[in-house]
Amino acid sequence: MYRYTDSDRGLVRARAAQFRDQLQRHLAGELPDDDFRPLRLQNGWYVQRHAPMLRVAVPYGELSSRQLRQLARIARDFDLQDAGLASERGGFGHFSTRQNLQFNWIPLARAADVMDLLAEVDMHGIQTSGNCIRNITSDALAGIAPDEVVDPRPYCELLRQWSTLHPEFSFLPRKFKIAVSGAREDRAATAWHDIGLTLRRNAAGEVGFAVAVGGGMGRTPVIATPVNDFVPWPQILVFIEAVVRVYNLYGRRDNAFKARIKILVKAEGQRFVDAVSAEFRALLADPATVLVPEAELTRLQDHFLPPPAPAAAEPAATADPLPAYERWLRRNVHAHRVPGYRAVKLSLKRAGLPPGDVTADQMEGAAALADRFSRGELRVTHDQNLLLPWVLEGELRALWLAAREDGFATPNIGLLTDMIACPGGDLCALANARSIPIAAAITERFADLDELNDIGDIQLHVSGCINSCGHHHSGHIGILGVDKDGSEWYQVTVGGADGSTLSGAAVPGKVIGPSFAADEVPDVVEAVIGTYLRERRGGERFIETARRLGPLPFRHAADAVRGSTALAA
Amino acid sequence: MDILHSDSALPENTLVLDNTTDVSALADEIRRHAGVALQFPKWTDGRAYSQAVLLRGRVRYPGRLIATGEVLADMLPLLRRCGFDAVRLRADQNPQTARRTLGFDALPYQGDVTGRRAPYVTATA
Repeated sequence: MYRYTDSDRGLVRARAAQFRDQLQRHLAGELPDDDFRPLRLQNGWYVQRHAPMLRVAVPYGELSSRQLRQLARIARDFDLQDAGLASERGGFGHFSTRQNLQFNWIPLARAADVMDLLAEVDMHGIQTSGNCIRNITSDALAGIAPDEVVDPRPYCELLRQWSTLHPEFSFLPRKFKIAVSGAREDRAATAWHDIGLTLRRNAAGEVGFAVAVGGGMGRTPVIATPVNDFVPWPQILVFIEAVVRVYNLYGRRDNAFKARIKILVKAEGQRFVDAVSAEFRALLADPATVLVPEAELTRLQDHFLPPPAPAAAEPAATADPLPAYERWLRRNVHAHRVPGYRAVKLSLKRAGLPPGDVTADQMEGAAALADRFSRGELRVTHDQNLLLPWVLEGELRALWLAAREDGFATPNIGLLTDMIACPGGDLCALANARSIPIAAAITERFADLDELNDIGDIQLHVSGCINSCGHHHSGHIGILGVDKDGSEWYQVTVGGADGSTLSGAAVPGKVIGPSFAADEVPDVVEAVIGTYLRERRGGERFIETARRLGPLPFRHAADAVRGSTALAA
Repeated sequence: MDILHSDSALPENTLVLDNTTDVSALADEIRRHAGVALQFPKWTDGRAYSQAVLLRGRVRYPGRLIATGEVLADMLPLLRRCGFDAVRLRADQNPQTARRTLGFDALPYQGDVTGRRAPYVTATA
């Protein structure tokens, strides 16, 4: 993991002090709401349905046990309120698809104290919201994936530093998200980002980036346009500076729904690409432009050295093979590039808790597992689970037993109940509809593990509104909360893809008819799954069948189970 | 960083540009002026930051660069790093607060047009 230097700490502390000053002026009535809002957003503070929401940055998903314990402390001591239902009393965090952690119940008056606690463990909420460059995301298997071409983490760190408090790019037309992948498999959904970076080596073995620009979800789902096949790594910050400068100067600011870079790229097409190229050339020609020196990359790479390989690969547990253990090995344990190690996913998708949620006690539990089994290191995954990157093969069984105790061993990774869901209308003020009860109803309906395994690999994504935090566009099955006449409805799509090998080229799913009522959604999902089970050929997975058949058979099946919306359909 | 009175006129020979102007294309005219005023019609409209960086970095404009319009106290650290050397604050802003915000500027990660270099450039120079 990257280890903060004194100057990294100095920057975070200075930022925390600056935020405290702004908060005090706000609470004293000297900084009105309209002016304070963008300032607090850029430090991760939203005002949500119940209280401010704090989004804490987890840079490219890397988290230490020490940091997770501090997050548990914040959940326990600050994220709470003394009124309401048990589910409204706080004390938990929510891991998001962008590898961040969100709290929902911290009173604004205590915000600056929380920032100080985060700074103690080299964390913050800088640029987790607002119209600026957001947290850099990456492959949760970065540095350990067997199919990796180049470890993206040193480059992610370079990008993290460059984009943090960038003076020119702090007030862009709209939010700006960058994802980096260094493996053959794209596990970072790069094509869905404002900038998607893919590390590669050219024929000479030199490292560079394929750059795609202008992907995004929201009202207008757009797949990013490739703009450069190979930017040599020392020039990547210059290239991104060119992209963001063109966007800052020419992106629309008259309509928030048309302000993302995807709209500029679509509207201008080749002219956008040409403008970026011209700016890139002008920057490279300027003697004042500094490329990142090799020594700096080496310095960053030294933060991400792998631990020593295990002395001798211990044999895997020889005890009688338990079906439950075997099932967990198959679903939750991932191959590793270093012999003797495995990567293990702790499932945060279990009955009784919303997807991605962890209570303070569970954070402590996961931190203890990381200390005991994974050199104190965890990853937050894009699909809202935790991952232990350095588990010795010989300790898998002990880890399984311990993870089971803590409720992290549900063997459902990649299956239907391993769904992505945003917090939805229960917590989020933007949402049109609730996500959590929908996720809970589907989890309940598909509780049988044999059935889940028979259905096989599938991605179900749930968003409570068109902002698409639950990535419904890219779900093999997507569920989107919509508002009609003040009540909650759900639009269902089939065939979306995140760009991975399993899913196929990134593409938004297709809508299968008018919206459904909340209580119809589990039946609709069951009907869609039933269509797949009936129609699949050979070893075809859901997404393959969906692509082959198109949306129509799924639409008919869904219509057949409509209840209250039968007349509308 | 000079803080001009919010109701004061701009200094003489100051060219006022709006934030959609391509400053590189106007380089010759700009250089004939002692000062350039760039505008923030809304304080969250960040186009003038890029204009300032281009004026200092590419046009090599040596004159005075003034931020005008809806300029808030909390913008000063960013403005300074983009090459502004004067501001005319929005009328309700407190100049003392504006000066204090400059104190929260820690060692930054990026080089900038004020001559600062990224920490790694300094370290490996």
